[in-house]
Amino acid sequence: MDTELLLKVAVSAGKVMTVLLVLSGSVAYLVLLERKVIAFMQSRLGPRRVGPSGLLQPIADGLKLFLKEDLVPAKADKWVFTLAPVVVIIPAFAAFAVVPFSGESFDVFGLTITPWITDINIGVLYILGISSLGVFGIIMAGWASNSKYPLLGSLRSAAQLISYEVPLGLSIIGVLMIAGTASMVGIVEAQRETGWWFFVPQFVGLFIFFVSGMAETNRAPFDLPEAETELVAGFHTEYSGMKFSFFFLAEYANMILVGCVATTLFMGGWMRPFPSVEALAWLNFLDFVHPFWSGFFWFAAKLFLVIFAFLWIRATFPRYRYDQLMHLGWKVLLPLSIVNVLVTAVVMLLMNSGSSA
Amino acid sequence: MDFTLLMFRVLASAALVCGILVILCRNAVHSALFLVGVFISVAGIYVVVGAEFLAVVQVLVYAGGILVLFLFVIMLVGKDAMVGKRRMRLLATVGTILIILFGLLMAQQLNVAGEGGTTGPDADSTRLGNIERVGLALFQDYILPFEVASVLLLVAMVGAIVLAREAY
Repeated sequence: MDTELLLKVAVSAGKVMTVLLVLSGSVAYLVLLERKVIAFMQSRLGPRRVGPSGLLQPIADGLKLFLKEDLVPAKADKWVFTLAPVVVIIPAFAAFAVVPFSGESFDVFGLTITPWITDINIGVLYILGISSLGVFGIIMAGWASNSKYPLLGSLRSAAQLISYEVPLGLSIIGVLMIAGTASMVGIVEAQRETGWWFFVPQFVGLFIFFVSGMAETNRAPFDLPEAETELVAGFHTEYSGMKFSFFFLAEYANMILVGCVATTLFMGGWMRPFPSVEALAWLNFLDFVHPFWSGFFWFAAKLFLVIFAFLWIRATFPRYRYDQLMHLGWKVLLPLSIVNVLVTAVVMLLMNSGSSA
Repeated sequence: MDFTLLMFRVLASAALVCGILVILCRNAVHSALFLVGVFISVAGIYVVVGAEFLAVVQVLVYAGGILVLFLFVIMLVGKDAMVGKRRMRLLATVGTILIILFGLLMAQQLNVAGEGGTTGPDADSTRLGNIERVGLALFQDYILPFEVASVLLLVAMVGAIVLAREAY
């Protein structure tokens, strides 16, 4: 095997490892952030015993999960029961392969390293396809547990995920039409060329994407599959220890993923605000280290904004009832997203014919 | 060995093994899960031959959509949806005969196709992106069959609604 290929593989592996590590860390601290933010909104203090103002709490939580006994119910389907958390977590992490975390590549030892693992021309669809596999894990968990609450939870979850996948997919079509590409990097570049971020022409799309994304990640107010007050803990009632932590990690990783996709598709990805206004170039103040870092800074800042909105909504809204959930998905969001696609197409057609005439 | 060929062989054998396990499993849910494996392996083959769009759509539509519904049905049937040993033997015999017949038919078809057919991507598919290519094929070259198929699906949907709604 020639060295060039070997080097390529090594670089890719390094990038995958970096993304995995950073992501796991972010997930751990996202849990802390959530507890802190919700505590703030409810006039509490949140965790503050482990480390300075609770900053080491994620480590304590992680240790606790590692050390807990790993139980498998006696009448459970052992293989499927064990496989389920793996099936949930692999798509959750694999989807990050196409997310562009920054715009500028940097050079190490003469190698150009792009700030995304890969840029395929169907990036958005890849994310949709991969994340649709996660539901199998949830169904497997619910079925294999051989217990009432998990089964009910997983059935609810399956119904919810199928229902909201449709508006989710349709909500991004407007963006794909304007950008003319399905590559994540290409979409950000298209926003640079258009001069404005796509949430301006596609604000309906962003709204639908955000709501459906919240439903897809089983977040409150759409957390029926694990509604504590009704179903104990839903599909992962019977899980403990590491297996439980896999579900937990996957949920938060999916949340970050929705945030990443929203940032890339609707909010200009790694670009600073008003990328075409020269007077605001100082916003890329991290350029003196490396342009990579200013891109990463803005990406992270926007991601934080989206995730904060997620937490905010969780602290604010009561849980939906099942029929309300279905009503919202099929009778409100779906028609709205189809109308959005139609209006976008008509406006684009009119604008194109106007410019060519 | 050629990397593409190697990948194809790995994925094709994975698909075959999963496919065989689909019919050998006595538990219907296990069969369904192996069927997901088949679909994903086939999607992998699409990636290897350069049809990424088709691969993703395959996962989205088959693995994601239809199988979830499929699992629904199985679960509503109950967790003891096992097939008895005797019935299994009967089904296995019928299945084997059908597989042999199908294999013969396929072999004959492949012979016919092999004479005039081409292999590898043609010029168009390398010039245009995957999505454009599929779009043109569906909405331009084969618009009539495509529309007929969608009407057929619509009929199925209307039928389901009529069956499901209460008597009026």
